[in-house]
Amino acid sequence: MEQPLTKNIRSNAEPLSLKEYEKTGGYQSVRKALAMPPQDVQNIVKASNLRGRGGAGFSTGMKWSFVPMGPDARRPKYFVVNADEMEPGTFKDRLLLEGDPHQLIEGVIVSAYAIEAEQAFIFVRWAYKLAIKRLEQAIKEAYANNYLGKNILGTKYSLDLRIHSSAGRYICGEETALLNALEGKRATPRAKPPFPQVSGLFGKPTIVNNAETVANIPHIINNGPDWFKDLSRSNDGGTKLYGVSGRVKKPAIWELPMGVTVRELIEEHAGGMQDGYAFRGVIPGGASTDFLTSNHLDVKMDYDSVAKAGSRLGTGTMIVLDDKTCPIGFVHNLVKFFARESCGWCTPCRDGLPWLEKILRSIEEGTGQPGDIELLEQHCKLLGPGNTFCALAPGAVEPLQSAIKYFREDFERHLRDKKCPWK
Amino acid sequence: MLTDLEKQEIDTELSRVATKASASVDALNIVQRHRGWVSDEALKDVASMLDMTADELDAVATFYSFIFRRPVGRHVILVCDSISCYVMGYNPLLDVIKSRLGIAFGETTEDKRFTLLPISCLGACDRAPAMMVDEDLYGPVTAEMMEEILEQYK
Repeated sequence: MEQPLTKNIRSNAEPLSLKEYEKTGGYQSVRKALAMPPQDVQNIVKASNLRGRGGAGFSTGMKWSFVPMGPDARRPKYFVVNADEMEPGTFKDRLLLEGDPHQLIEGVIVSAYAIEAEQAFIFVRWAYKLAIKRLEQAIKEAYANNYLGKNILGTKYSLDLRIHSSAGRYICGEETALLNALEGKRATPRAKPPFPQVSGLFGKPTIVNNAETVANIPHIINNGPDWFKDLSRSNDGGTKLYGVSGRVKKPAIWELPMGVTVRELIEEHAGGMQDGYAFRGVIPGGASTDFLTSNHLDVKMDYDSVAKAGSRLGTGTMIVLDDKTCPIGFVHNLVKFFARESCGWCTPCRDGLPWLEKILRSIEEGTGQPGDIELLEQHCKLLGPGNTFCALAPGAVEPLQSAIKYFREDFERHLRDKKCPWK
Repeated sequence: MLTDLEKQEIDTELSRVATKASASVDALNIVQRHRGWVSDEALKDVASMLDMTADELDAVATFYSFIFRRPVGRHVILVCDSISCYVMGYNPLLDVIKSRLGIAFGETTEDKRFTLLPISCLGACDRAPAMMVDEDLYGPVTAEMMEEILEQYK
């Protein structure tokens, strides 16, 4: 089984230096890409069917194709890596950033070249101190070896790459909020259109791609789109970094063919549930995805299959709900997070999420009122897609609306007994 | 008054950015690295270097969770309170820290040694429950380990 993204990552060891990385074939895709017109690089990525690994699953090649190209395009153009990993339960990009920083930098150079960008940023989450340190070191090496800077490898192409580490806020992971953060503003989302591809950072054409997405680019260029598609067990190309956390025997991240099942992840890779704990459900792709239950264990973990089962692949890192954890306590924790991290820009999210948090807390503490479940359901609709400025609130209600659907008896029991049965 | 070193570091940032205001978070981080937090006076000084009003810069400073606009202790303990750590028992862990230090979230010990704050998912869910002290990540943390960890920070 091929594991292109993680083949160089050694646990508890320093990442490869530039020289070591070159020996494993590193930076070959830069030579290959710079010898082609940028449009050809875009076409290869489009043909690979690589879909964005940050959660939305949009075609990467398609996204790039919206950037104005040629001499008339407004400049400078920007390429930004979104490494602001902060989705609760998600710990996949950390592995790539800490484990193989040169792979990400190689991906940045090729991607930035594909859209003719002069300036690139890696937006790394503030709390990822080790990742920042290792990326800084790797960037220094890349400059010293002329993979970055002026006239890369003797070509006409020049690229400057910098790290921005901000100061901690979940909303910075939202593409347009991230651009505001890079401009030194409050990280509130922007209205779309215009889309960043046309008017992004400082009003210039900009692409924002997730770190795992970018790490795939060198391998696609080196091995071709058909190779990439064949890595997968589904229609979506490539491998995927999957993770499981919660009360399982071996919580971790694994690089596996896109389309492994929920059951394989939990039972084989994560070693099953810890002794004394039984499986009740799982949120499959980070905090803002709907629950799946024991009826969904054979669902394939790819974008379309998880959507068909009523949830989203999201980040591909799942959190397991066990029988000794109260489902209301579980969703209360999630909603509390979203209420705290709401940027406050639009009213439904700013006022609605704290309201939801209070209702859930009172149910959990045994002071819930008749009608609370219906009120929660109403809020889930009001905070759903189309009513808010960005995807934060619709994401926040996904685990809640599905918890009410699958664990309604537990909600009712809290109200009836006026206490949490797990306490 | 900003020190010469702080001014110099902020000037370096300014030389690398497209607009002065886009260095705002970096400049605030520089001041915080030297002083632990950003006082009103320091904020005004930074604002004038960035051609921003103090209010404009404060709007930025107060948006980001880890720009401290109030004094903090010599060391900051950040306990992850997100979902994987919740499932794996951050609550009992937090009780141990609170009783050991005699402070709640948002408070600083009397000897100014520790400030205790919650933090959203640290991306260490395979090591839950996780926490950070200053720049160091720990996990999985048990109640028994807590004393040993805290002893490293004087």
